[in-house]
Amino acid sequence: MNSAQMLLAAPEFWVLVMTCVIMIVDLFLSKQRQGIIHMLAMLTLVFAAIITLRGDYLVDGVLSVTAFAESFIRDPMGDVLKVFSFVLLGLIYTYAKYYLRCFKMFRADYYTLSLFALLGIMLLISANSMLMIYLGLELISLSIYALVAFDRNSSRGSESAMKYFVLGSMASGMLLYGMSMIYGATGSLNLVDIARALDSVGSNDVLLVFGLVFVVVGIAFKFGAVPFHMWIPDVYEGAPAAVTLLISSIPKLAAFAMAYRFLNSGLGDLHIHWQGMLASMAVLSIIVGNLAAIMQSNIKRMLAYSTISHMGFVFLGLIPNSAFGFGASMYYVIVYGIMSVAAFGMIILLSSRGEEAENLEDFKGLNQRNPYYAAIMGLVMFSMAGVPPMVGFFAKLMVLKAVIDAGMMWLAVTAVVFAVIGAFYYLRVIKYMYFDDPEIEIDMTAPVDFGAALTMNGLMIIGLGIFSSSLITICMASFGI
Amino acid sequence: MLTLAHFLTLSAIVFSLSIAGIFINRKNVIILLMCIELMLLAVNMNFVAFSRFLGNLDGQVFVFFILTVAAAEAAIGLAILVVVFRNRQTINVAELDDLKG
Repeated sequence: MNSAQMLLAAPEFWVLVMTCVIMIVDLFLSKQRQGIIHMLAMLTLVFAAIITLRGDYLVDGVLSVTAFAESFIRDPMGDVLKVFSFVLLGLIYTYAKYYLRCFKMFRADYYTLSLFALLGIMLLISANSMLMIYLGLELISLSIYALVAFDRNSSRGSESAMKYFVLGSMASGMLLYGMSMIYGATGSLNLVDIARALDSVGSNDVLLVFGLVFVVVGIAFKFGAVPFHMWIPDVYEGAPAAVTLLISSIPKLAAFAMAYRFLNSGLGDLHIHWQGMLASMAVLSIIVGNLAAIMQSNIKRMLAYSTISHMGFVFLGLIPNSAFGFGASMYYVIVYGIMSVAAFGMIILLSSRGEEAENLEDFKGLNQRNPYYAAIMGLVMFSMAGVPPMVGFFAKLMVLKAVIDAGMMWLAVTAVVFAVIGAFYYLRVIKYMYFDDPEIEIDMTAPVDFGAALTMNGLMIIGLGIFSSSLITICMASFGI
Repeated sequence: MLTLAHFLTLSAIVFSLSIAGIFINRKNVIILLMCIELMLLAVNMNFVAFSRFLGNLDGQVFVFFILTVAAAEAAIGLAILVVVFRNRQTINVAELDDLKG
């Protein structure tokens, strides 16, 4: 190990050190001065982004560099996903600060646990061996299990934490079992070596295909694709909104990176085997997610089912195993993260009375209470439904193009039909906001930084839509297109 | 003579038992935690067996990591269990049903 290798992982080291610093600083802070923790966490994110963007490892057209015995990989795709994780986490912290203060839960634990989750996300994004994938995944999961139970006196919070813990551990167990089979068939933990070994082993080895099934189950669970979606609605509903905000956004970026590394870099030769599994899960996710969301009256549950359908769309891009498809998928997952953070930010804004705004009815007459925030929520909902010129439309367009290019028209048709059905429940929120009278006549006020973050979030949704080629180009360039 | 197949069969049986335990058990959350541990142990056996028969040490290194993570996982699981019990005075799986829909 030399210093050049250490430098490749500089963002990870920075986040790790700062998390430890924050833990120690917290010990010496009085209750009134805990805002410093928030500033430190934001500082961590800003510098992590700067360090990541300074990546001068790409010389002479080299597309990726590995370190630590090839178990860590640094490439443009990873950098883009990491930078978006930092941006999204910055927004999440701004929203969460307000929520945690309103509910008198402002403790440094939220920041340290979520920074550890971020570290796990960065490691998973850069993982190039099965060991790193497992460690990154567990670092995310363990931090998030604890975060879900963050409101210690909430009965529903602890119940959902328990459910998430049991199902999540089971999924990790399945993934590990699959990894052990793949290790047995190829004799290596490293994804590149696995891909090399596949040439000689052949793609019909029983052990290998057996292992692949378990690995796909583990990946699907992390995405929350049907039929491994059971945890999503319960966890979204039970966790405090500040934590739901976190769960629904950046871990999906890492899940995408994991799927890409595992299924393409590692098991690309088994494409014919995993293609069918992903296709059926994508279709089921889009159908079940959209239909179940219609029946929900709790907005967090509705957004949970909407997440499931969005993950179905992300899967669509993975199916063709083409560079364009992966680029489209990556674009979709980033766009989804932006939209989801904005939607949960709005829920937090409405929760300001010391009680969580969970029901769709809480959005009634939002336009009369505050037209500005109602407009932002309207943008988010239109974008999630896939109405141009919002960014959500272009995300759907790209993944559908990838599927059609691969000659799977039926998949695209099904997806579009159910996306149209899904538009119903997004538009219902807009109907509540604009055409119903408010049940409560309380003025909505938010701190300046909250309003600024929400405005920026809304601008991202419309701006990235109007200038859609900017982000699409970045995503496609990550895969060499 | 013990062959690789014997080890794989044993670990497959242990793995299936743990999955069955998670799905069939309707009484006690602690049994769920035990099943999860059992599952990881089945995986460990797989890794060690493959490692031994392939003559490659990577698998055994992986086992060390799994053991460590399993310990952390058990700690968090038990902590959540304590919180659940404090809030509801029960750890019966069938009674964890507030969240539905």
